[in-house]
Amino acid sequence: MTAVGRLVGRWETLLVIALLGLIVLGSRLSPFFLTPGNFSNLIAALMEVAIMALAMTLIIVAGEIDLSVESMAGLASAILGFLWAAGVPLTIGIPVVLLVGALGGLLNGLFVARVGLPSLVVTLGTLALFRGLALIVLGPRGISDFPPAFTELGFGRVPGTPIPWSFVVFAVLAVLLGLLLHRTWVGRQIYAIGKNTGAARFSGVRVTRLKIGLFVLSGLVAALAGIILTSRLSSARADAGAGMTLTVVTVVLLGGVNIFGGRGTIPGVVLAVIAVAVMQNALRLASVTVEVQSIALGSLLILSVVIPTFAHQAKSAIDRVRRGRPPPADSVKGERAIS
Amino acid sequence: MTESWVSPTAAGGRSAGQWLGTLARQRELSLVAIMVVLGGLVTLTAPQFLTYANISQVAVLAAVIAVAAVGEALVVITRNVDLSVEATIGLVAYAVAHTLELHALDTAGAIAMGLGLGLVLGMINGVVVTLLKVPAIVATLGTLSIFRGVDYLVAGSHEVPFDGLPPGFTDAARDTLLGIPYFVIVAVVVVAIGSVILRSTRFGRQLYAVGSNPEAAAILGIPSRLVVFTAFSMCGLLAGVAGVLWVMEFGTISGTSATGVVLAVVAAVVVGGVNIFGGSGTLVGAALGALFLGFIANALILVGLSQFWLQAIYGVVILVAVTADAFILRRLKRAAVRRSVR
Repeated sequence: MTAVGRLVGRWETLLVIALLGLIVLGSRLSPFFLTPGNFSNLIAALMEVAIMALAMTLIIVAGEIDLSVESMAGLASAILGFLWAAGVPLTIGIPVVLLVGALGGLLNGLFVARVGLPSLVVTLGTLALFRGLALIVLGPRGISDFPPAFTELGFGRVPGTPIPWSFVVFAVLAVLLGLLLHRTWVGRQIYAIGKNTGAARFSGVRVTRLKIGLFVLSGLVAALAGIILTSRLSSARADAGAGMTLTVVTVVLLGGVNIFGGRGTIPGVVLAVIAVAVMQNALRLASVTVEVQSIALGSLLILSVVIPTFAHQAKSAIDRVRRGRPPPADSVKGERAIS
Repeated sequence: MTESWVSPTAAGGRSAGQWLGTLARQRELSLVAIMVVLGGLVTLTAPQFLTYANISQVAVLAAVIAVAAVGEALVVITRNVDLSVEATIGLVAYAVAHTLELHALDTAGAIAMGLGLGLVLGMINGVVVTLLKVPAIVATLGTLSIFRGVDYLVAGSHEVPFDGLPPGFTDAARDTLLGIPYFVIVAVVVVAIGSVILRSTRFGRQLYAVGSNPEAAAILGIPSRLVVFTAFSMCGLLAGVAGVLWVMEFGTISGTSATGVVLAVVAAVVVGGVNIFGGSGTLVGAALGALFLGFIANALILVGLSQFWLQAIYGVVILVAVTADAFILRRLKRAAVRRSVR
């Protein structure tokens, strides 16, 4: 394959093309689409999902899944509200909530990596457990008298720019986790676990420890997302974040991450976040209802798996036609393309 | 890994199989035992637990979940999962209720339409998983969102009121035959038919074969895709049955009806001892799992704990059940290895 062919074949390239198409479509739909204020709103509404998607990327690349993130965000919101209502200052409340997130992740990690249970069932269990704990802590009430300095995190923008603070948090996290996954030995080991856990274990990767670490990270990040959500809505509720897991998983898979692990990139997921934000915004400007957006999101989720599968089949069909020719010298690198 | 302890020698294999059978039966027995013991304890603090009215109320509610759980179990046995059942239940419930409200069909016609709709939704899942080759968890997470979106779209903010239904329609939830609620009879019939199919038909055995070892099933010439497609279709059909029961049970139906039910359905399957990795489990177990969860919810209220505890306790029950499974499996493996060494 030529360099151009490789670039075209990459999932990330397809995402950029889709994104450009959406932007053109959006600006046709409404003159407000390309304004900074609109950009700021569309991105701020998706930041909790985006932040959780970053940690979820690492988990799915390692061949696991964490369905409990939305409940952990709710639990974080509930505990933060409970502590604030009880007179505990936020400087203590926020670290406590983050600690709870890490502990919840540790619980998931121990069940999955130490006891060896399927993460799908374990995190389905903790999905119920964390939400239940949130309801026990806060009940049906909402806490909303947070100080302005705190709600600034979700509402406010970096002075002089239309960039929301929550986007800064997302960007920093994306860079950190991107470096971790793509530039360090830890990242290589995460891919190794996702591709072949047994082989990784025999190669000296501490699979158990690394997986527990990933789930702790996921819980911690989910708690952070819960804090940001509380700040953006300026209200702490036990049902905060309900239904978000679907969007998180959709964004990650749309970013080209393989659900069976071993493949996917952080830049891909970042592109998917932006694409979903733009899509939701374009649909909203076209006065398409939230209900139809949920249909669009579900279809996208399925398509994000169907398209690479069939692209791969088409590719191998073409390869079969070409059989007989010597394989191109860069066929090893070709693995990075859709395959 | 699951197959290694069944295969060492012919004799060892057979006895391991017997072992497994005993343990599977033990899961059902242990669920019943736990319910009897807990029931006794609850009766001590809340005597109204052991009344006919209360028991039949628990059984009727559990029957709805049990029917859906039987469908889910069929899918899980093939090493897949269907997360869209709650959206199917909700969509069927709204479609049936709204049709009856508009007098577009008579009662029998509306019920038939509901079951057909459930079947079609299940077939859509089956096509996405088998033909489009989307992993079941992704496919059904997607269709969960799509079906629910269609439900919202069709329903809007409209809610079918209780008196929008034909007079007597919701009585089915309370009527009994010789003291047994009709819902329980429906659930028992579904479990009985399903169990006979699983135990004694070629399709039933193929279901287990595909779930316990897909590669071996393919080598044996089992049409895996057709089997998985049929399992998803049956799951949709049974979710449709649950949707019709849902209308009779609750009477007031909106676009958000049955939200969150998938948790109870999957929990029932897991608690009932169906292996989430496929290949083992019984429908009786799945139905008992549903009864167990309903029983816990009821006991919670009678003992005076708030409804808010329910979710947390469901979570704990799921975690305990899978952990117990893992330990039983580990012990089985160890026993099989010891036998094969000898």
